[in-house]
Amino acid sequence: MSFWTRHQIVEKNSIVLVAGILVVIAIGGLVEITPLFYLKSTIEKVDGVRPYTPLELAGRNVYVREGCYLCHSQMVRPLRDEVERYGHYSLAAESMYDHPFQWGSKRTGPDLARVGGKYSDEWHVTHLANPRAIVPQSVMPGYAFLSRTEVDEAGLAAHLRTNRSVGVPYTDEQVANAVADLKAQADPENAGVDAFTKRYPKASARNFDGKPGAPTEMDALVAYLQMLGTLVDFKLYNEKANLR
Amino acid sequence: MSESNTSKSMTHGEAGLMLVFSISALLCLFAAAKALDTAFAFHASLASAASLWAVFAIVNRYFDRPASLPAREINGRPNYNMGPIKFSAAMSVFWGIAGFAVGLLIAAQLAWPALNFDLQWTSFGRLRPLHTSAVIFAFGGNVLIATSFYVVQKTCRTRLAGDLAPWFVVIGYNVFILIAGTGYLLGVTQSKEYAEPEWYADLWLTIVWVVYLLVFLVTIIKRKEPHIFVANWFYLAFIVTIAVLHLGNNPALPVSVFGSKSYIAWGGVQDAMFQWWYGHNAVGFFLTAGFLAIMYYFIPKRAERPVYSYRLSIIHFWAIIFLYIWAGPHHLHYTALPDWAQTLGMTFSIMLWMPSWGGMINGLMTLSGAWDKLRTDPVLRMLVVSVAFYGMATFEGPLMSIKVVNSLSHYTDWTIGHVHAGALGWVGFVSFGALYCLVPWLWDRKGLYSLKLVNWHFWIATIGIVLYISAMWVSGILQGLMWRAYTSLGFLEYSFIETVEAMHPFYIIRAAGGALFLIGSLIMAYNLWMTVRLGEAEVQSPVALQPAE
Repeated sequence: MSFWTRHQIVEKNSIVLVAGILVVIAIGGLVEITPLFYLKSTIEKVDGVRPYTPLELAGRNVYVREGCYLCHSQMVRPLRDEVERYGHYSLAAESMYDHPFQWGSKRTGPDLARVGGKYSDEWHVTHLANPRAIVPQSVMPGYAFLSRTEVDEAGLAAHLRTNRSVGVPYTDEQVANAVADLKAQADPENAGVDAFTKRYPKASARNFDGKPGAPTEMDALVAYLQMLGTLVDFKLYNEKANLR
Repeated sequence: MSESNTSKSMTHGEAGLMLVFSISALLCLFAAAKALDTAFAFHASLASAASLWAVFAIVNRYFDRPASLPAREINGRPNYNMGPIKFSAAMSVFWGIAGFAVGLLIAAQLAWPALNFDLQWTSFGRLRPLHTSAVIFAFGGNVLIATSFYVVQKTCRTRLAGDLAPWFVVIGYNVFILIAGTGYLLGVTQSKEYAEPEWYADLWLTIVWVVYLLVFLVTIIKRKEPHIFVANWFYLAFIVTIAVLHLGNNPALPVSVFGSKSYIAWGGVQDAMFQWWYGHNAVGFFLTAGFLAIMYYFIPKRAERPVYSYRLSIIHFWAIIFLYIWAGPHHLHYTALPDWAQTLGMTFSIMLWMPSWGGMINGLMTLSGAWDKLRTDPVLRMLVVSVAFYGMATFEGPLMSIKVVNSLSHYTDWTIGHVHAGALGWVGFVSFGALYCLVPWLWDRKGLYSLKLVNWHFWIATIGIVLYISAMWVSGILQGLMWRAYTSLGFLEYSFIETVEAMHPFYIIRAAGGALFLIGSLIMAYNLWMTVRLGEAEVQSPVALQPAE
């Protein structure tokens, strides 16, 4: 029986055909995806990576909602010009708590993986409201409406809890104090700042949008942008430590 | 009315679906009342209204229909079910124009950012998923559903399986599009490229897709032909694999069942790998396998020639579905994805070139002995040029998957140009060709209203595509080179914003190309509309009504 006559079994039996398709398409995915969950070299251990603060998480949700990833990547490749332009190449660990990942696929605007600390808060607030006020050639849309929307506090603890369910190691204390931490991070005068910085080491508490009142989405987004890429201290990072 | 006709009764399907939609209308109303955000309240109300409409539509149909359901065969000939196909074909034209128009708008936004209007609902970030979903899933999806339901009936010589099920698929799928699209405008998105719809839209699509698979598969099982025609292999691979990809990429945990926001189960590098396993194979199975099925039916039919090589179709079918799945990591070259996965992705992407061209050769060579028809039949010309664009895009793809090439092309407009060579040239043209064939067949017309207008559509759209992809080649390669340019003193030569500024003229050319493509599709819509309205009815020859012996 030649191959061609044998193949008629598949052509004459729809269930065999469906089963064949399923087997053939399963192989590649299984080989490429499953090892990523158990090979230790996939995500090297580095110091400094922590879950997002409630304000940063709210800011990240704005980033996700507005589709920023369509024009901004968050993935510095280990190429000479990129490392010089943006900073140290991105490590897998730096996005390990990102649900979803926001590496992006297009740079209509610059990479944002290490934008944290590059510009002042005021620069970000002005630039987000009207990008061409600061960069005349920019083609970015304006996001002035973010200053007019307060961060929704009611569901905040549930957001942290949901993140914990999908693998982000928030503690009970962090979940319980989600709203208090949100307010503390956006207001340096707040009594809860000390407790907040204890729960999120090295996180910065300040009035990001420079305006009084409850934290807005502008506060949140700027807080998120200002922490991007700042968690790992690359003066102490040892590239060779994780070589296998 | 039912009392006057004692033999008429509701089918299990009618009664069951009415019950399901009644419950769903109530549940959705409850969810709308409890909603945590306005977008969710809007979608729940929409779903409630749609469920109520479905109940009324089923009751209406019950009172209007004769006591017995349509026969599977009349006089020994299959009684084909064309209603749902007509609906899907009409929706594809509507969504196509909508999707191209939004594409033109966002192309213009990149040239003239004032067009974002600084409103949240009209910013590029929200409109771009609307464009991609409208063209891929709304336009392309409706073309695939319409043609697959047509081809499977004709090649199996049997009526489409199910009574309400095919209607459930075509209407349910378009409701999914409506929920997804309005969601993007309201800021409801997972921000996973080409998988933006949130958890409840994903769940609804899963139900619709399972019914789609069942309708298609059961129709094949009931076939009157011993062999399953090659186009149906491709349709099956498309339906089955999209189901697997959709489930693999979208497991998400909603923050509340009464809110739109969810967090995806996968994080960081694993999420990246799942995403591009999905994303690349949405191209491979939605935009390739499905449309290759269209090629395998409509080109032989239009050229009145058999498929060139049966053996080539077997080899390239299994090779393409096996190899495609591996190619995802080429979207993640030089990222934090482990090197071994990147290398696998690149290797399989290069190998993929062969079965892709196997398909192209099989499509083009089907014209052996009928090449002269390209001069006289603009519909066939459109179909054949689509295959040529397929060949071009599937050569460019493996080229761009090579890591060194990718280090230049990635993150630039070259990728956008590559996608559109495939999307406008291959998917767009093969869909237009199929619609030009399908509409006269579905509405029993002798032919199209005007072949001259098809010719105009073909040339205007072709010039549009050429403008689009050449502008993106130049801008992509230019920007990639500017990013890595150094001065003689060893400093980066250009700031980022200088590279943005350099894109401006090409963004205008690209928008002009997109405008031409849109104009072409408007000509098509007019032509198809006039075909249905004014076209000469096909006279059924009396011989055809004789039982086949």
